[in-house]
Amino acid sequence: MSNTKIIPVGPYHPLQEEPELFKLYCEGEIVKDIKWETGYNHRGIEKLAESKTFDQVFFLVERICGICSTSHPFAFANAMEEIAGVDIPNRAKYIRSIIGELERIHSHLLWVGLAGHFLGYNTVFMWAWKYREPILDLFEMITGNRNSYAMFKVGGVRRDIPMALIPEVRKAMDGFKPKLDLLIGAVMDDPVIHARTKGVGVLTHQDIIQFAAVGPTARASGVDIDVRRDDPYAAYDMVDWKVIVTGEGDVFAKAYVRLLEMVESVSIIEQCLDGLEKEPEGDTEVKVKNIPEGMGTGRAEAPRGEVFHFVVTDGGYGPVRHKIRAPSYVNIATFKKSCIGQTISDATISLAAVDPCYCCTERMAVAVDQRTGNMLYSGEDLLKLSHMKTEEIRKKQ
Amino acid sequence: MLDTNTFIASTRQKFGPSILNVEVKSETRATLSIEPKVLLNISNFLYSYLNFRFIIASAMHTRRGFEIYYHFSNDPAGLVLNLHVVLPEDKPEIESLANTFDGANWIEREMHELFGITFLNHPEPEPLLSEGNWALGVYPYRKDGKELKKE
Repeated sequence: MSNTKIIPVGPYHPLQEEPELFKLYCEGEIVKDIKWETGYNHRGIEKLAESKTFDQVFFLVERICGICSTSHPFAFANAMEEIAGVDIPNRAKYIRSIIGELERIHSHLLWVGLAGHFLGYNTVFMWAWKYREPILDLFEMITGNRNSYAMFKVGGVRRDIPMALIPEVRKAMDGFKPKLDLLIGAVMDDPVIHARTKGVGVLTHQDIIQFAAVGPTARASGVDIDVRRDDPYAAYDMVDWKVIVTGEGDVFAKAYVRLLEMVESVSIIEQCLDGLEKEPEGDTEVKVKNIPEGMGTGRAEAPRGEVFHFVVTDGGYGPVRHKIRAPSYVNIATFKKSCIGQTISDATISLAAVDPCYCCTERMAVAVDQRTGNMLYSGEDLLKLSHMKTEEIRKKQ
Repeated sequence: MLDTNTFIASTRQKFGPSILNVEVKSETRATLSIEPKVLLNISNFLYSYLNFRFIIASAMHTRRGFEIYYHFSNDPAGLVLNLHVVLPEDKPEIESLANTFDGANWIEREMHELFGITFLNHPEPEPLLSEGNWALGVYPYRKDGKELKKE
């Protein structure tokens, strides 16, 4: 192993939007092993949730991830409604599904753009992000925010989509469809993208089962799982749609799954709008006064895969324990399989192919000394440490 | 397609005396309380023979000690099956599942760092989150006596 060189990618790297460190152990151009260090983004969300009321937790979990900011409240609402044993009105179900699917579209477009960027193909990046913009405008119109929509509550949704707004949403969807077709055509038929992504970063069916991977990463390797269909919630069992599955397991297959999923999402949104028109305006929630003692598991299919929330309550105002499993937590571990044996230049796109989201993955922790109750590192201490480190580096030079 | 009751019946048939309690909440949610020593065998059985997928494990610090819920999913049936174990507070130790499926590797390391639960025979027992920067023997998610009394 004397020829092995370590190529570090991160923790802060121009290509990455979030801090993480990959150490690629390379011999020549070939990646022989990979190790990663995480933990740059700890926020203590699970512990924080225990000190909040149920209503506040929605806003907290919404801030776990900036991109799929609705999937966590979605799963949390499912868990809470399981504990409380309530069934929400159809109108609220449709609205929840519309928000969920719009989010899938904007998240997948973001990924397609970034994938193009990782390949050094910035035209795709520009296009995909340009088409994403009207979707975000639509979010602003419906919810008031481009991101972190604050739409969910136990028993329903916070805001209605008024009947007058439905034609506007339809118009935006009609405007988006030809652009999506164009994008799908451009990505599927492009020889450069084929050359860079086919046969690259392959994950087999067995790898997916072994690493318990979920979402488009699993579906691109022929593992036919989707919580929306398997354990239906919101309006997904009231509309007609199909799960996109393909078997190749390479980066191209993952792009294929994500692109076609957007088409399904548009179809789901349109059917939900049809449903919305039949339901009385304003019927968006059932009042839930008390949350009884119990435990609930909530699942939701985020753009990256299954989000899992496990909530334990004791009849009080907030959760006693709140465990959150974001999809990237299990998907990132597949790097161990997908990157080894690849060249360094292919490793970047293999890493990007699972659409890793670190702010979802790292939700922990402020360390507190149990005896004294003091934090082991306060903000000031960290600042001091950082200054000391800078001084040390200066002295060495 | 198999349903929840069939799954539980076949697990019970194989591990009967070690299953302490069965709670079926709905068609798609069930919890089996089991003895810690059979965890590895039951997980293997669920994973290899009944095609369950490991989702995640949740640890809790309660008055009974350390409780861990191992969440498994059977996707064709839409079922979430929880395996529930209680570990004594003075010696929280349990066999690692990471040798059976890699999906359990990270969460066990995380639970070790946050709760101080020891996972025996873990293939990669290094810190996951703290990179060795945290104080040794301090576990941030453990509760102190006051908090536990409140429950």
